[in-house]
Formats: sequence, structure tokens, C-alpha cells
Amino acid sequence: MKTKANNEVTLAFPSRSSNEGFARAAVSCFAAQMDPTLNELEDIKTAVSEAVTNAIVHAYPDSIGQVVMKVRICPDQVLEVTVRDHGRGIPDIEKARQPMFTTGGEERSGMGFTIMESFMDKLVVRSTPGRGTTVVMRKRLAPRLKSGT
Amino acid sequence: MEIEATSADRNLLLELKGELDHHGARDALRELELAIDAALPKKLVLDFSGVTFMDSSGIALILRAQQRMGLLDGSLLVRNVPQQARRVLDAAGIGRLVTIR
Repeated sequence: MKTKANNEVTLAFPSRSSNEGFARAAVSCFAAQMDPTLNELEDIKTAVSEAVTNAIVHAYPDSIGQVVMKVRICPDQVLEVTVRDHGRGIPDIEKARQPMFTTGGEERSGMGFTIMESFMDKLVVRSTPGRGTTVVMRKRLAPRLKSGT
Repeated sequence: MEIEATSADRNLLLELKGELDHHGARDALRELELAIDAALPKKLVLDFSGVTFMDSSGIALILRAQQRMGLLDGSLLVRNVPQQARRVLDAAGIGRLVTIR
């Protein structure tokens, strides 16, 4: 079931590798309103970098397509990031999520999903070959003490 | 991503600077290979102190360096890894395969 968001933003960009840094910076700016720790911000940026890179490398290997990133701030300090593409899709998600498995050649390590899993609390991957892939990641940030009261 | 190479007596030092993501790793991988081919080092040191961000693309780069040094019967040391990059390496268990200091 979908949780109601307190705030959200949706960004769409072409699958150019120069947008990897943009996606990291954008999620980091938006999440700043949750008053995250530096470690939490770095975790989120790292996971987003992996998800967006997967879309760029694997969804559209020989073309430029659209990548959509949605960031939602949910109750209880939960940040949810969805990265969606309409690319090639993943034929075997279980296999793709295994450490060291990659179809990306020597440039890639096959550790993308492992890192998303270890840096976020929850990772859901949905894919239909030929239709695209959606990655949803959630992380609960440490509760903050309200200042100035 | 910038790489500064210093070599002497078949020791090669590569200092990486900037963001080591998929975008930056493409050129970095090429530069790494060119520098190894030119120096044919016995010992390769990758210094990460200037790396401001790293994702799994950095793992691919380190594993490539390890593989190339294996072919040369040489050694690889990865040093001065900032905290964020270190957590990426730890999550992937790279410390079991490569010497990190």
C-alpha cells in the first residue's frame, strides 16, 4: 500500500551519464529538509547513483531514453526514492540482484543492487522485459530533536 | 575525475581526484590502463584521498587494477580511502580481495 507523502518531487531526464551527478545532487538537496546526518545523505546519494546508473547502462544500452526519479518524504522520517525507466527490462531479477553478476562488461562490478540494499532499508525491483524497470528504495532516517523549543 | 600519475623505479602512484561514478570511471579506467602500460610497475598505489564520491564504478576500477597487476606479477595497494568510499568497498567485501590501508 502506498503511504501518503508530506512532500515530493519528480524529475525526468535523458539517460546521459552526466545526469548521474545531477540525480545525486538533486536527491541530496530535496532530502536536506529532513535534516539528515552526513552519513545518511551519503547513503542516499550512493544508492541513487547505483539505481540511475543501472537505468543509463542497462535500460538503454544503445540509445538515449527517459529516466524518471521520484523522491517522496513520508511520515516517520522515511525517504522513498523511485527510479523508473521504459527500457529493455530485466529478464531475471533474482539473478541481477546477486553480487558480482553483471551484463555490463568490465566497466561494471555487478555490485549495484548489493550497495542499494546495504545503504537503504528496503529495495523493491519490478521489471517487464521490453517495457522497463522500476526500483523503489526506502530509508528511515534517525529521528531528529526539534531545535529552538 | 582526474588522475595524477607519478612513477619511479617501477613504483606507480595514481592519485584520483573528483567523483568516481560511472560517468567519471570511463576515462579513469582508460587512464589507469595507459599509466600501467607505460610504467609496467611492480607496485601500484591508488591514492583515494581526493575522491569526493564513489559508487560501485570504483569497485570495477580497483578490480581492474588488481587484475592488471596480477598479470604483471606486481602488487596493488589502495590507500587514503575517504569514509563514504570506504563504506562502498566494505558493503561489497572488497577488503577481502585487495589491500586497503
